Amino acid sequence: MYHQAVFDEPLILNVRGRRTLKIPLENEKFKVDVPSIMRRENIGIGDREEFSVVRHYVKLSEMNFGADSGFYPLGSCTMKYNPKINDEIATLDGFRMIHPLQDSSEVQGALRLLYELSESLKKITGMDEITLQPLAGAGGEFTGLSIVRAYFDCKKELGTRREVVVPDSAHGSNPASSHMAGFDVVQIPSTEDGTVDIEKFKEAVTERTAAFMITNPNTLGIFEDKIVEMANYAHSKGALLYYDGANLNGIMTKTTPAKMGFDIVHLNLHKTFSTPHGGGGPGAGPVGVVENLKDFLPYPLVTFDGEKYSNDYVPPKSIGKVASFYGNFGVLVRAWTYIKMMGEDGLRDACETAVLNSNYMRKKMQQFMPVPGKTIKKHEFVASSVGANMPKAGDIAKHLIDNGVHAPTIYFPLIVPEALMVEPTESATKTEMDLFVETVRQTLKLSHEAFEKEPVNLKVTRIDDVDASKNPKPTLRMVRKEQREPLQQMI
Amino acid sequence: MVIMSGDLSELLKELNIRSVDELFKDIPESIRTKMLGLPNGMDEDEIRRVAGEYVGMNKTVNQLHSFLGFGLYNHYVPAAISNVVNRNEFLTAYTPYQAEISQGIMQALFEYQSLAAELLQMDVVNSSMYDVSTSLGEAARMAKTITGKDEFIVPKYISRNKRAVLDNYAKGAEIKIKEVDFDDRGMIDIDSLEKNLNDNTSGVYAEYPNMFGIIDTNVPKIKETIGDDRMFVAGVNPISLGVLAPPGKFGADIAIGEGQVLGLGLNFGGPVVGVFGTKEQYIRKMPGKIMGMTKDHNGRVAFSMILQTREQHIRREKAITNMTSNQALMAVASAVFLSLLGDSGLRKIGEVNMGRTRELIDIVREFGVKLPYDGSPVFNEFLIRLKESKTFVNRIAKKYNLIPGYMLGKEYGFNDRNQVNIVTNVTERNTSKDFDAFREFLREVA
Ligand SMILES: Cc1ncc(COP(=O)(O)O)c(C=O)c1O
Repeated sequence: MYHQAVFDEPLILNVRGRRTLKIPLENEKFKVDVPSIMRRENIGIGDREEFSVVRHYVKLSEMNFGADSGFYPLGSCTMKYNPKINDEIATLDGFRMIHPLQDSSEVQGALRLLYELSESLKKITGMDEITLQPLAGAGGEFTGLSIVRAYFDCKKELGTRREVVVPDSAHGSNPASSHMAGFDVVQIPSTEDGTVDIEKFKEAVTERTAAFMITNPNTLGIFEDKIVEMANYAHSKGALLYYDGANLNGIMTKTTPAKMGFDIVHLNLHKTFSTPHGGGGPGAGPVGVVENLKDFLPYPLVTFDGEKYSNDYVPPKSIGKVASFYGNFGVLVRAWTYIKMMGEDGLRDACETAVLNSNYMRKKMQQFMPVPGKTIKKHEFVASSVGANMPKAGDIAKHLIDNGVHAPTIYFPLIVPEALMVEPTESATKTEMDLFVETVRQTLKLSHEAFEKEPVNLKVTRIDDVDASKNPKPTLRMVRKEQREPLQQMI
Repeated sequence: MVIMSGDLSELLKELNIRSVDELFKDIPESIRTKMLGLPNGMDEDEIRRVAGEYVGMNKTVNQLHSFLGFGLYNHYVPAAISNVVNRNEFLTAYTPYQAEISQGIMQALFEYQSLAAELLQMDVVNSSMYDVSTSLGEAARMAKTITGKDEFIVPKYISRNKRAVLDNYAKGAEIKIKEVDFDDRGMIDIDSLEKNLNDNTSGVYAEYPNMFGIIDTNVPKIKETIGDDRMFVAGVNPISLGVLAPPGKFGADIAIGEGQVLGLGLNFGGPVVGVFGTKEQYIRKMPGKIMGMTKDHNGRVAFSMILQTREQHIRREKAITNMTSNQALMAVASAVFLSLLGDSGLRKIGEVNMGRTRELIDIVREFGVKLPYDGSPVFNEFLIRLKESKTFVNRIAKKYNLIPGYMLGKEYGFNDRNQVNIVTNVTERNTSKDFDAFREFLREVA
């Protein structure tokens, strides 16, 4: 039986004491002459001991659940095991204590690593050039779509190519990134079998289309087997193809985005390449492009002349920059380590095992819950808790977390009602997967009243998110402003 | 290394298939790959050896006398930070979509928001942006959304990195970027700012300390100059706010900064974290995830991801931003840093930075070197002008194992081949040996 630790832990701002951490040159006196108008008066966060800080955050961590805490089949997020060696390598002094503006002769090891990672990602995606700069998947999308924009601008077609076409099953960041890059979004429907409706696709893709954007396997975990036909058609209309690499784990080593006909690819290294997600980030979203888009990539690119690595190459039509420096280097080191350790066989095994696990779970779940779309899935599948007396996806999720199993992604993709998007990854045992399925099966028998009470084994029970947003309290400052008594007492 | 999950034959049997190949038969033969050409995997011992070789090819700032900053600073990183962020429960969690099982990280992020809000004296801070450059891009977009206007003014001198990212965001949002010059003290020229304002101006960005390290005393005049219907976006160095007044005091509508200084170390430039704050009335137009304090159904204090209807997973193309993953763990690291230092530590570290910088400036002056903005107050960076060629200066610096700072090139309009303009940074980590090396260097280049 699962029980999460429960502490009534005050906010760190209200843990007050004496500072024990010593600052370099703590005891020296300095003359500080800030002009009076620019002078800080009080700060307002208080002092406390180092041990109080550590105890506080250890307690908070015990009220949290990570992929190292248990099975975490959060669909679309690829919560595979994060090998510990990754962290060890990334925190070596020689990687940690270097500055991105140092002369390239002093950071040859770092540049070599970045160069090698790019080369590996080129092989894995089939793309001709890679930038490692984007800081997450959505940042990669924005980068890729900025390249689309620059490409058509260069061809003097931007005036007419105003649209990005996405399937209705697409992740929300796809249309959001398209909009940020200045495009209008055209959404096309999927068919019963869960793949793109080719007829509707052909109607939507025209001379107004700048790019067609899709992930394959798609967000239902289904391989879009007409991808080549779609690619050819889009290209015949002069449009580019954008690959959202969030689901690469389902096809890695089996095919490449290049073979499918894509021109631009982003990867989520924090998904497919095992870097830890840190409770929301950091991630990394490298972008690969085919030959005729190379000149548009962000600068600088790392190059190698056979002897030394350089970091000053600016592609001739570069879109500029999408992040301050070289991207989330610490994340890139972890992904490099992962690829080196796995090798080609390891990556293939990861993909195969992830797909096998997913289909195994799909088959078990199907016994009591519809799983829409084609039978064979890739790394994930989406079950739909619909039908007489079927529980709501949200209720199933709460029952799962109450039993120490992380919930799947719910209510996404939007085209599946009561969606449960399950992605076991390769890091799951049969026992864990069986327990998940059994725990979901239990919910079929639970009454409305029973659901209402769950969760009971966690720090808190259900939260009224709507009220939390209606009356937002995003900082202690704002809480104090409102002077809401009951909350005040508990913090 | 192969991370495998035990005996797969049982799973194959359950699926009535003989090989996993059957699960890939929907991938058309014509697009299958045989071999990608990646090498065989390694074991941990091997990768340690290889990585050891690579780190050996790098020269760390600890092996040099480094005065290099320019947007990324060599500050002291307390040991407790890595200890906390390496807690597996934080490190290996996803974004807290299931709030009840993720209260730990949500409280930690709420604390980060609260600590940063005090530091900036802004009502709201989000739970992290990618970095300061993307924060600037998002701030320009936000200014357009709020005001409905499309000209955004930035100082002529901001780092090219920030500017190049901003330009990208501006292009997509059809925002025109205009520049305002500095006066002869290296500060925003308020007269020229006033002349630049027009009916289309959405907002103005200004920094203190600015690109030359200068504590711009014209910043307090910006809000009154531009008025209530234009956004003032203030750029700050968060670690300076123990000694410098917060942007909230100067009426900033949006405040941004590079949070790397708050205990994140260098890491060749990432992961870092963009600090992003605003006023209460603009919270619904602010990008990024926000944790909010609320209660659960039993009346217990709880944390929830609020205002999600601004976000891509609900709003899609109408979302405030596309940002999905962010830099959450770096925000937690910053929260640990701020709570470890506290008020007294922040003040102290600010004083040490300013004080040590003042000491180096005095040394530079002793050698008769020109400080283009001599007399303007600085925090921990300042501009030096040497009447020598870049090649010569670099050679001497190398001789003393020194990085004297960041050399500004033609991208900043510094075209004169016979002089070098260096932005020099001093932090609490610079020792007296570093100062000695700088003296030796000056002896030859001054
Ligand atoms: C299908 C898909 N596309 C894009 C993204 C965005 O990636 P990131 O969170 O790294 O920005 C995600 C992840 O959330 C995703 O699942």
